[in-house]
Amino acid sequence: MKQTPSQTVGPFYSIGLTRQTTNVLVSDATEGQRIGIEGQILDGDGKPVPDAMVEVWQANAYGRYHHPDDKQEKPLDQSFTGWGRSGTDKNGFYSFETIKPGQVPGAGDSAQAPHVNVTVFARGMLVHAYTRIYFADEPANANDRVLNSIKNKARRQTLIATGEKKDGKAVYRFDIRLQGDRETVFFDM
Amino acid sequence: MKIQPYNNRDWKSHPPYLYEAYGSSVKRGPLQKLVPITQTLSEITGPLFSDIKLEQGEADLTRSAQTGIEAMGERIIVVGKVMDEDEKPIRNTVIEIWQANAAGRYQHPVDQHNAPLDPNFIGAGRCVTNDKGEYRFLTIKPGAYPWLNHANAWRPAHIHLSLFGPSLVTRLVTQFFFPGDPLISLDPILNSIPTKSGRRRLIAAYAHDVTEPEFALGYRFDIVLRGRQATPFEKSGR
Ligand SMILES: [Fe+2]
Repeated sequence: MKQTPSQTVGPFYSIGLTRQTTNVLVSDATEGQRIGIEGQILDGDGKPVPDAMVEVWQANAYGRYHHPDDKQEKPLDQSFTGWGRSGTDKNGFYSFETIKPGQVPGAGDSAQAPHVNVTVFARGMLVHAYTRIYFADEPANANDRVLNSIKNKARRQTLIATGEKKDGKAVYRFDIRLQGDRETVFFDM
Repeated sequence: MKIQPYNNRDWKSHPPYLYEAYGSSVKRGPLQKLVPITQTLSEITGPLFSDIKLEQGEADLTRSAQTGIEAMGERIIVVGKVMDEDEKPIRNTVIEIWQANAAGRYQHPVDQHNAPLDPNFIGAGRCVTNDKGEYRFLTIKPGAYPWLNHANAWRPAHIHLSLFGPSLVTRLVTQFFFPGDPLISLDPILNSIPTKSGRRRLIAAYAHDVTEPEFALGYRFDIVLRGRQATPFEKSGR
């Protein structure tokens, strides 16, 4: 059987996909450091994309995914699935309230730096694009195999979110550039 | 930890990011070469929504939950099977759909097409596949609608679908079309798919066995998500 072809979400995806609030991943019971993630999606002219959608998927604070194929002996947090979805507003902004993920094993049982897996959809994107958010304040970034596989250091930098304190909470900024000289690294996976 | 990876995206089936006849792709499709990633736990896991509780009637778009009144238009039953490339059924996976009403208009503030809105039609539905990977929606056949891509541009009637499958890499957003629609061959979004067989696979089949007498016509649209490689670390032969 051949894969069913992808098509764009189109301009009206919000009817089907973002009627409910799905960008808050945490509840009071969730374990881990509360963070915000926000950013803007920009097209090849640097213009905000108001009809894009971002989905995130991440491990819990211990570094375990809420999924049966993650058989690590780390605690599961029943109050955290690790998935969220945000549309963009008229200025192209998306946002999430989540926790900083723990480290999960990567290729050759290396430890991956904490990261959030991102899927980007938009009117005009015939196929969704995969990227990752890493955190600027994580020393583990230096040894992350995926980051190090990107030879061009300026391009590698497109995956690093920088944090600032807002009302005592760390909020990370992660802009996604679909094109241009700072085009975000997207993965073939 | 042994990772059993999924097959790669089949770029003979999926459109490219840049397809000039579809104007909005020109500034929005990534242009740099994708960076290959070896699948890890991050890619082979994904949201499963195993404790999702659907409301009664979420797979029936023909009746407004608020008014209880039936929407205008031609009722249709859409069924299909979700499977992987090895034809294994994908069970308990969420399908979300959205569409225009019978007049070709979306219940959305950005849609200003001069066609009537139907107060009893939202145009969104959800369901979860059963143990055989099957799904079923009852809805209204959407109308064609104009768009600004080129002169006298009309989208063929279509229904949008979103699926997750078992992992992050099986994610799929697509849309399907109706057989015999003369607008199909003119549609740059469908034509962005590089192969004829790929384009054909987005056209639902009329299914007389699904049609219910005195009630509604049936259509079948099967969906194939990425399969999984047989042995951990074995290279895919396709
Ligand atoms: Fe549409």
